Amino acid sequence: MNAAIEVHGLTKRFQGRTVVDHLSLTVAQGRIMGFLGPNGSGKTTTMRMLCGLLTPDEGEGRCLDLDIRTQSHAIKRQVGYMTQKFSLYEDLSIRENLDFVARVHGLPDRRLRVEEALERLGLTARRDQLAGELSGGWKQRLALASCLLHKPRLLLLDEPTAGVDPKARREFWEQIHAMAAEGLTVLVTTHYMDEAERCHAIAYIAHGRLLATGSVGEVIARAGLTTFSVTPLHAGTATASLAQRLSGLSGIDLVAPFGSVLHVGGADRDALLKTLIPFRQDDRFLWREDTPTLEDVFIHLMPAVDARPS
Amino acid sequence: MSGPGFSWQRLRAMMFKEFIQMRRDRLTFAMMVGVPMMQLILFGFAINSDPRNLPTAILDRDQGVFSRALIARMGASGYFRVVEPLSDAEAETGLAEGRIQFVLTIPEGFTRNVSRGTHPALLIEADATDPAATSNALSTLTVLADHALDRELTGPLSAWRRPAAPFTLQVHRRYNQEGITQFNVVPGLMGVVLTMTMVIMTALAMTRERERGTMESLLVTPLRPIEVMLGKIIPYVMVGYIQMSLILLAARLIFAVPVMGNIGLLMLASMVFIMANLAVGFTFSTIARNQLQAMQMGFFYFLPNILLSGFMFPFRGMPEWAQAVGEILPLTHFLRIVRGVMLKGNGVGEIVGEVGALGLFMLIVTTIALKRYRQTLD
Repeated sequence: MNAAIEVHGLTKRFQGRTVVDHLSLTVAQGRIMGFLGPNGSGKTTTMRMLCGLLTPDEGEGRCLDLDIRTQSHAIKRQVGYMTQKFSLYEDLSIRENLDFVARVHGLPDRRLRVEEALERLGLTARRDQLAGELSGGWKQRLALASCLLHKPRLLLLDEPTAGVDPKARREFWEQIHAMAAEGLTVLVTTHYMDEAERCHAIAYIAHGRLLATGSVGEVIARAGLTTFSVTPLHAGTATASLAQRLSGLSGIDLVAPFGSVLHVGGADRDALLKTLIPFRQDDRFLWREDTPTLEDVFIHLMPAVDARPS
Repeated sequence: MSGPGFSWQRLRAMMFKEFIQMRRDRLTFAMMVGVPMMQLILFGFAINSDPRNLPTAILDRDQGVFSRALIARMGASGYFRVVEPLSDAEAETGLAEGRIQFVLTIPEGFTRNVSRGTHPALLIEADATDPAATSNALSTLTVLADHALDRELTGPLSAWRRPAAPFTLQVHRRYNQEGITQFNVVPGLMGVVLTMTMVIMTALAMTRERERGTMESLLVTPLRPIEVMLGKIIPYVMVGYIQMSLILLAARLIFAVPVMGNIGLLMLASMVFIMANLAVGFTFSTIARNQLQAMQMGFFYFLPNILLSGFMFPFRGMPEWAQAVGEILPLTHFLRIVRGVMLKGNGVGEIVGEVGALGLFMLIVTTIALKRYRQTLD
């Protein structure tokens, strides 16, 4: 079986500015791929190229075995795309919105599918309420329901859980996993690390370039980071001044506070250890080597790119 | 456009959605009905290209039989309303301040000199800043002057009567015998109202999709550009017909405008005009980035239409280049159609050329619109 998404060298420029830079990506069918990266790194643009909303300037690829350059109309029929901003009609009711999508896709058993979707959403009673009156969490559920209505084989979700409470987020991910188990492929962008860890695989992009890809474990291992967690031994001791003294020293790529604990790390283990020797003698802190987290890896990856002139 | 297929079902879905949105947008809906009514009342009741009862000051230094007779005839023409006798200075300031339109000075000894046959001169001064306001009154006065005193010139004085021309001139003001301005303005308004609402409404309807972010969802659906375009346009065609019917009804009931021709023919020809305007609105929406820009473009288009089409000013009064521009505008052709059918009773034969011109315009603009409407966000 071919991969659901397989693209090579995808490039998109807007007025001379390269937004997506020779990006290659493969997502196997039935997998959930988390798409991560700072704001403006080209995640949305990539998604738009995948579903035919944008034409790539360079590169080629296939989406559901269809050419993204020439067969975008056929791709659109099998892809559900949930935009970052709520993009259903706020002046239509919940039912009217679903009904419109169903009609446009020419679904044969339209009424039934809309009823089912309403029921699944638990919105049957509020079906005649205007979509604009819904709260953020409900809007997200409605948007997801409307892009699932035509039973797509590939789901592209652009920050689907931004501004949604933890309970709704949990339900959302349960639903995504259940559908993936039935063969649906999902590409989802997120800024939440816990969500990234729920994905089968992740791809990290910054400034339009793919910097890391693989399972969470693989991405962490490949980053080759050594990290320490520094815990103050007395309640009154703050890590802030320590963080200040550490940052910028040779061998230290990462200084990040997590509550009262400080994460310190670097890619060059020997340099890191050498630099840390005097600090580890400070008896106000407990130094313990631990495994780096995904967030450590991303914080480490980000400045490398930021330093690049844009 | 790419790939196969136009689907009635998708078109119906689009139209259905538009109708619901139109119904929900109360303000816009009220505007669709309110704008034609307001324009009808403003233009219909307020515009008069043949003003009468113009305030006229008379400096009668003669106070004789003939001067009084002349003043009475002028009053009877309906164009002049004689205001209280004033001093020379008051008449001068009256003209300067615009309170008085005309000052007629009748010299001393006017009656005596007329009797002697020495052709005394009368002076009529007019505030001619607005030529349209004075020209009809003045030309009436010129004609009136020839025979104003015929009744008084009796007996031996009858020799001073102006001899009649060796022929008689029969004037037929056809299609609008009494020269009623409304007969010209009210049918024209139909075109003006349709131009304004159709262009702006469609331009807004499309840019709204982009502004609210719903365009992105629309583009990932299998909807085709032609389906989106028709789906947006057809509901407004119906709005256009509602507006037309309202104006036709008002024309008949309030302004008693005659309908000489076939209403069905007018409605049919209007379809082309409405579609042409909607296509213009759709094209604007592919250029405008937001609703404000769309609105501005709409007004930018509206202005030459209203000024160069022959709605406001006589078409033949414009220089040739302006007429050439006017010939491009759909409103010009529609005005000829609507005035032709309503006032002249034109049939298919007389209006087919104008409808053809509208059709050509519509085809060209529709092609541009479809070329510009992109199925991507590039």
